[in-house]
Amino acid sequence: MAKYIIKRVLMAVLTIFLVATITFFLMHTVPGGPFVAEKSISKQAQAALNEKFGMDKPLLVQYKNYMLGILHGDFSLSLKQRGWTVAKIISTRFPVSAKIGGLAVLLALVLGIPFGSIAALNRGKWADNLIIVIATCGIAFPSFVICTVGMYIFGVHLGWLPTYGLDSVKSYILPVCALAFYPMAYITRLMRSSMLDVIGQDYMRTAKAKGLSTSKCLFKHALRNAILPVVTYLGPMLAYTLTGSFIVEKIFVIPGLGGQFVSSITNRDYTVIMGTTIFLGALIITMNVLVDIVYKLIDPRIQLK
Amino acid sequence: MTKKNPLSFQLNVDDFAPATEAERESLVQLRPSVSFWSDAMRRLRKNKVAMVSLVVILVIMIFAFVVPSFYPYKYEQQIKGALYLSPMHYSEDEQAAIAAGQKVFPHILGTDNLGRDYAIRVMMGSRISLLVGIIASAIILIIGSIYGAVSGYFGGKTDMIMMRIVDIIYTVPDILIIILLSITLRTPLENLAAKPGWGWVQTVGTNLISIFIVFALLYWVGMARIVRGQVLTLKQSEYVTAARALGAGSGRIIRKHLLTNCIGTLIVTTTLQIPSSIFTESFLSFLGMGVAIPMPSLGSLASDGLNGINSYPYLLLAPALLISLIILSFNLFGDGLRDAFDPKMKS
Repeated sequence: MAKYIIKRVLMAVLTIFLVATITFFLMHTVPGGPFVAEKSISKQAQAALNEKFGMDKPLLVQYKNYMLGILHGDFSLSLKQRGWTVAKIISTRFPVSAKIGGLAVLLALVLGIPFGSIAALNRGKWADNLIIVIATCGIAFPSFVICTVGMYIFGVHLGWLPTYGLDSVKSYILPVCALAFYPMAYITRLMRSSMLDVIGQDYMRTAKAKGLSTSKCLFKHALRNAILPVVTYLGPMLAYTLTGSFIVEKIFVIPGLGGQFVSSITNRDYTVIMGTTIFLGALIITMNVLVDIVYKLIDPRIQLK
Repeated sequence: MTKKNPLSFQLNVDDFAPATEAERESLVQLRPSVSFWSDAMRRLRKNKVAMVSLVVILVIMIFAFVVPSFYPYKYEQQIKGALYLSPMHYSEDEQAAIAAGQKVFPHILGTDNLGRDYAIRVMMGSRISLLVGIIASAIILIIGSIYGAVSGYFGGKTDMIMMRIVDIIYTVPDILIIILLSITLRTPLENLAAKPGWGWVQTVGTNLISIFIVFALLYWVGMARIVRGQVLTLKQSEYVTAARALGAGSGRIIRKHLLTNCIGTLIVTTTLQIPSSIFTESFLSFLGMGVAIPMPSLGSLASDGLNGINSYPYLLLAPALLISLIILSFNLFGDGLRDAFDPKMKS
């Protein structure tokens, strides 16, 4: 187990290093730069800024300096937001996204797992059909459609919920629901198909035959086995929802990491792009390793190698 | 008949009598054997949900590609004094014209902030969205299937390196690559469009072409993984060994045997790729990085509509609901295809 985790962590470090390298060179080959757009700045000032951030040096030297900085835990300053370090930007923006994302994942699990199980246990009946229709819609509707239509119905038309910001408990409802809709639908579908698979297994018949109550059969045997695919999906999903959906943050004017990432790309804020990419990559890989460990805990038959 | 000794080798003469007429009848083939395709098509036709989705897709395609050519308004045409008309309303000029006995085609979905007929804009928007979905999926199909097949067929070190490349592309945040590549590609494409003989680049739109390229470069990885998985099992089949024994080269085996045998998977994955390409394009347009103005796409229409959500909700609802309908029908049709081609997969 320990050997496995060490191996995974080493692989992760290698992957993140490669991703960071690719991002670094890709970013610098794109025409334009962080200071080009600011027309008010003179040529001399631009040169001075370039010098200050070490951007007058050859690209390979810049790359070496940046990578050495990261090894020392220094993600350097933002090029665009004066006086902000990249670490500080991420640490103020990420909790906002994480709060909404975490609530959304929770909602998706709390709704998706029972929905999927109910659909599978009532296969072909009206409950199953209804749940399939909801899940299919959830997969098919783009997030901006759900956000804007939800905003129109509950925010504008009925006036029940605020349409922007995160000032009150009420203002969390719309963004969290919008963010949770797709994973909820996906989990429902996964859960339904794996539940259908599990209830046809021999051990379920054995459990029933030896006289276990229906609820015990369901919770002890069926659910524990059927939940495995959901756990696999949970890893990447957690990472993506926690870092925030660009669309949801843009529509509801939420100061999260997702929106920050997009604006840093369009502004060519090189250091913020690099910092966020590395953070995101590390988060995704950590989640995947955690999920593998949880997997092992749920199903002891699984061998980690 | 006397009882036969169980150890005797004497044969029963009755077994060698010619078959009677009735027995012959029963051995005649009752119906011609059903081929893979006709069997799949029969299953597909029986699937009501898939057929309804197919009809919906065809109707939307007619509205997107055929109707705009004879529609009385043009998508970039601004009608004087017709700003923000509600659906089925007329501007003052048009009302005067109607009063004078002229026929004026109604603005079925009203007009937008520049007085452009919204129905034609939504139709043009769905044309762009469908084009992006179909062309991008076709490119993804070509790159992904070749890459996956080569990786799976050769196996070993080749496979390992090729799959690590796929993993890395998977880990880089796609929004980053999309934005960076579309900015990088803009200038070379514009230069290309200025050259003689490359005028079509301008007609199609540099943004649109860069979206095709970006999607093609980014999203083939999923297809490659699926094809590789299929090829890994298929290459163990006897007919591949037979083909190799007969002297067929690797290229021929991949082309003639491996790819043709995962055709069902290829069709299903491509069909399901179309909605996800449309999804991504609309998302990009919504962020303002999609197709160029005044060309509308459903995403950019919805994004523009969001600004006037309080007073003119139909400007948002029409494109938003249409794009959901398109993605929904492609998804349901793709699911139907999967059930038809691979009934075992049916959940």
